[in-house]
Amino acid sequence: MSFGPFLLLALLEGTVMAAVLALTAVGLSLVFGVMRVVNVAHGEFYMLGAVLAWFVTYYLPFPPAIAWLAALIIAPLIVAVIAALTDTLILKRLNYDPEATIVATIGLLYMLQQAALTFYGPDARPVVAPFEWRIQLPWFGYSGYKLFVVLTAVVILAAVWLFMTRSKAGLVMRATQVDRETAQAFGINVDRVYAGTFALGGALAAAAAVLIVPIQQAHYLMGHDPLLLSFIVVIIGGLGSIRGTLVAALVIGLSDGIISMFFSPTLAKIIATLLVALVLVFRPQGLFGAKA
Amino acid sequence: MTDGAKIWTLHLLVLAAVFVAQFLLPPYHATNLARIMVLAVFAMGYNIAFGYTGLLSLGHALFFAAGMYGMGLPVWHLGWLSLPALIAGLVAGGALAGVVGLLALRTAGVSFMIVTLMFAQAGYLTLLYLNTWTGGDEGFVVLSEARVLFGFDLATDTARFITAFTLFAAGLLACLLLVRSPFGRVMVAMRENEERSRMLGYDPFRIKLLALAVSGLYAGLAGAAYGMLFGYVGASFATIQYSILPMLYVLLGGAGTVLGPFLGALLMFYLIDITSNYTDAYLFVVGAALVGLVLFAPKGILGTLRERVWRWLP
Repeated sequence: MSFGPFLLLALLEGTVMAAVLALTAVGLSLVFGVMRVVNVAHGEFYMLGAVLAWFVTYYLPFPPAIAWLAALIIAPLIVAVIAALTDTLILKRLNYDPEATIVATIGLLYMLQQAALTFYGPDARPVVAPFEWRIQLPWFGYSGYKLFVVLTAVVILAAVWLFMTRSKAGLVMRATQVDRETAQAFGINVDRVYAGTFALGGALAAAAAVLIVPIQQAHYLMGHDPLLLSFIVVIIGGLGSIRGTLVAALVIGLSDGIISMFFSPTLAKIIATLLVALVLVFRPQGLFGAKA
Repeated sequence: MTDGAKIWTLHLLVLAAVFVAQFLLPPYHATNLARIMVLAVFAMGYNIAFGYTGLLSLGHALFFAAGMYGMGLPVWHLGWLSLPALIAGLVAGGALAGVVGLLALRTAGVSFMIVTLMFAQAGYLTLLYLNTWTGGDEGFVVLSEARVLFGFDLATDTARFITAFTLFAAGLLACLLLVRSPFGRVMVAMRENEERSRMLGYDPFRIKLLALAVSGLYAGLAGAAYGMLFGYVGASFATIQYSILPMLYVLLGGAGTVLGPFLGALLMFYLIDITSNYTDAYLFVVGAALVGLVLFAPKGILGTLRERVWRWLP
């Protein structure tokens, strides 16, 4: 294959990656923005989404398309409940102290990983794609499902955007983000906002995983890479800024796709992690977000 | 007794008890204890940064691995022998901690945690990337010719225990001297109130950098000793898990106590060892211990003991 089509393929793969990454990272960014909590277990919420999707599609006696749709609804819901419970049972009792919550979510990471290993097993298992359809380009065929993933991710992100900017609940969340005390003084139930935000963050990660799981298999250790990449995206985009997160997801997803296509994926990750460390040191507000 | 006499008596008694334990314990547990002592050296280093200076790092695996590879690579590629290789590991850990500190210490709190995490991750990936030199994922075995120290074969149980004990005792006493010295007090002042110590004329950046470098020396020495005593060097020691373990030991034993890291390492090691007889869900034990500690006992065992009974505990 010559250079042009090869680049096109890299761009396509990068776009798919960017879309899924954006969903995962927006979840992390929301939680950090509203609650000031760095959720290290975010990758495990993603993994749980994929594993639950496998359970749903495996046990529900529906054709693949409907079973997958069911998974897209059920898996994020279950993860949202787990996240809300985590918030009330653990994070709230720590008074959202930044360092204590990081240690606690590391603990949660190990517990969720072990739970998946015990109940799901060490194997990677595939989920059947809701439909098989290849788009035949002049140079190569491309999976139609991957494009559908991009489309769905964009729809979900748009919904989150509308929810945050147009709905009452979104307004309440933004108010809590700006000033927790004042929000409370105006009768906002901050506890409920926090639980809801944590649940929404987890559900977004789970939804991203349900989208990706027909392409990648579900595995109990799969949460590691999305966690790291989401961190990278959220930090480069500016901690807590949703718009910055989206831009950064696009940049990181595309450049990761291109760099790993032409060079080594490991090298791409080394560059990205070092870049993040340097951004945090020299430009803590992020590369894109002017305000934190 | 004065507080100073009590402190020295307690720590020397603990060292004596650990030394005698090798004659009383069956070989399996003696080997475990050697492993625990090396891990405790690592945790003591972590404690100097986190417990005393308040630097919560998520990247200490990098310094542990720097020590391990700083020892292992010269043995493998240059044919170095045990003592210079161990020293190379020690220096590598301290030097890398210094370099990382120069950058990472410009941040604080959550950013510091993430920056150290990212550097450690980059270090781990670099080990994988340079697999022709480092052995990548599979790692490599340390040549048995290099595992001889002052004529003693470190693969034998007694020599291994004595070496681990020597390093542990040296680390413990050095830590005790450090935290009771004026510099140790300034470290604690950084943890408690950085602004006020700045007003008193101390340079927080320099103090923290020095503390982090000392912490890196401990981690490097522990990594080098671990590779040397147990004969294997691998990239798995550079993963995030090896940054979490010393934090867990320190939190369990008591952050900011000299004996805490050893107590935490001992208890955690056997907690995992015993539970693995009943269930293979050892990750769950680690996770539950972390959550339980931050929720119910953030000061750890010795920290709580110091608060309630032994006010003089360093």
